[in-house]
Amino acid sequence: MTSTTLPATTRAGGSTLARQAFVALLLRDVRVLRKNLRQFVLRTVMQPLLFTFVFAYVFPKIGQGIGGAGGGRGPSFSTVLVPGLIAVAIIFQGIQAVALPLVQEFSFTKEIEDRVLAPMPVKLVGFGKVVNGAMQAMLAAFVVFPIVLVVHAKGQEPDVNIANPLLFVLVLVLAAFLGASLGLLIGTAVAPQQVPLIFSIIVLPMTLLGCIYFPWSTLDPVPWLKYAVLVNPLVYMSEAMRSALTPDVPHMDVGVVLLAMVGVTALMLTQALRKFRQRVVV
Amino acid sequence: MTPPIKVNGLRKVFSSAGREIRAVDGIDLEVTKGEFFGLLGPNGAGKSTTIGMLTTRVIPTEGEAFIAGVDVVADPATAKRYIGVVTQTNTLDRQLSVAENLEFHGRYFGMTRRDAATRSEALLDQFKLADRRDANVAELSGGMAQRLMVARALVHEPEILFLDEPTSGIDPQTRLALWEILRDLHAAGQTILLTTHYMEEADALCERLAIIDHGKVLALGTPEELKSGLGADTVITLTFAEPPDALLPKVERLAAIDHVERSGDTTLRVYAADAEGLLADIVILATKAKARVVGASSQPPTLEAVFLALTGRDLRE
Repeated sequence: MTSTTLPATTRAGGSTLARQAFVALLLRDVRVLRKNLRQFVLRTVMQPLLFTFVFAYVFPKIGQGIGGAGGGRGPSFSTVLVPGLIAVAIIFQGIQAVALPLVQEFSFTKEIEDRVLAPMPVKLVGFGKVVNGAMQAMLAAFVVFPIVLVVHAKGQEPDVNIANPLLFVLVLVLAAFLGASLGLLIGTAVAPQQVPLIFSIIVLPMTLLGCIYFPWSTLDPVPWLKYAVLVNPLVYMSEAMRSALTPDVPHMDVGVVLLAMVGVTALMLTQALRKFRQRVVV
Repeated sequence: MTPPIKVNGLRKVFSSAGREIRAVDGIDLEVTKGEFFGLLGPNGAGKSTTIGMLTTRVIPTEGEAFIAGVDVVADPATAKRYIGVVTQTNTLDRQLSVAENLEFHGRYFGMTRRDAATRSEALLDQFKLADRRDANVAELSGGMAQRLMVARALVHEPEILFLDEPTSGIDPQTRLALWEILRDLHAAGQTILLTTHYMEEADALCERLAIIDHGKVLALGTPEELKSGLGADTVITLTFAEPPDALLPKVERLAAIDHVERSGDTTLRVYAADAEGLLADIVILATKAKARVVGASSQPPTLEAVFLALTGRDLRE
């Protein structure tokens, strides 16, 4: 090889160069996030803020049933909401931080054509998007957490108890990667004109039937639904958050949900990376 | 020395709806260091697919391609470090400023923060973008955006600079400015591969050319070699009021004429090796034959004529 003519910057070995490129891609994402921090906070805060405000503050105030404390027994609705809303915030970031920009980069801006020319395997570029999405999802969880703790009517304090911090971190990281992998999958599969459908066909059913507003076990009276919602990955995220944050509220077995999250993430991630490469290299 | 680009029997077949489209149909090429090489051909000839394969974006159906000795199919990640690419469309990072576009590109290619910043500043000066360094790339004019794209492709000092139809859809002034930039880069020793369907561009810039049509290289050589291959140093184009059927055989019998082509009903193209006074002779001949000449020109042969001779089609069609 003509190594004497190569610039110093390109003399590093292939894997070193790929690692440097990967880190640089993440640094770029961090720079962009810093520039858009206000936007990030706004889009992250609005939904949980309104939800807790209406369900944990307004509803109890006006005596609306679903916001009440379930006849004095069982967990308060605000307690049920805490893990659920954090799970939603995480899955939302997967779509906001990964899927939507990617749809743009594939279509209008064609930026992806340049990004994949970085000296690294194409799939690693896609994985960088997942790591960035996961970081933003975790950040979103931290932004949302105080809101869901604080916003509620008198006597409606959520009963949060992180008995096992390690479990919480594990659930958080797993959930973040699950959300970001889903984002990559959606981003590679959806055409720009289908973007509005993401919300009506994917986000809305996922959140409403994702055990956000009710623990999975309370679905007992509707057995067919109880098992049908198991295809929804958000169910496992909410239930895992429940076991980490509000262990006193009935929740699925921790081992089962963690296993399900690992399985779903692995499946979606491999599919998404395969699809990503297919769209970039023909 | 390893050539920057070496291509053997490269082929790409796309299948869509049960039909097979041979976008590239067996191309052999070698580009030497410091060369300004052009792929000239009409739209759909296979130029972009060829560049796609050389820049690891398109996987060849058959054949092999090496960038600085690296197999682009077996080791695309390594091949990418030797190439800089200016694509047809604007692919600048809209989330970053002008200077950040260059700096992050350098860092993608393993440069330290400081090296990337120094190199970016130098390129901003070289490409007259320094006063726009903090601008959002969306605010740049078409010409500036393109200069930034070229600058970005050069941050990591690539062995080969690829430009895919860089001047298509660009105003003439911007095109000339880009030509200037490319000439300077070439003079500084940069190996360049450019695709174009403008024969003037290929003629003005490229040291060596491959004329491509239907995925095949039809001719390969310097612009002068290709033009002299026509066997003529002059092309006389004559347009008549009516089809010059009776005149044609008489013109063909004139001395110094290599061959005559009909183009449409009323136009003749006369290829001649020694054209001194030939245009006048033909006009006199036409007047005698009562064929009214409505237009006449005499020019050295162009690449357009070479393409026409090779394919029977106009490059602009």
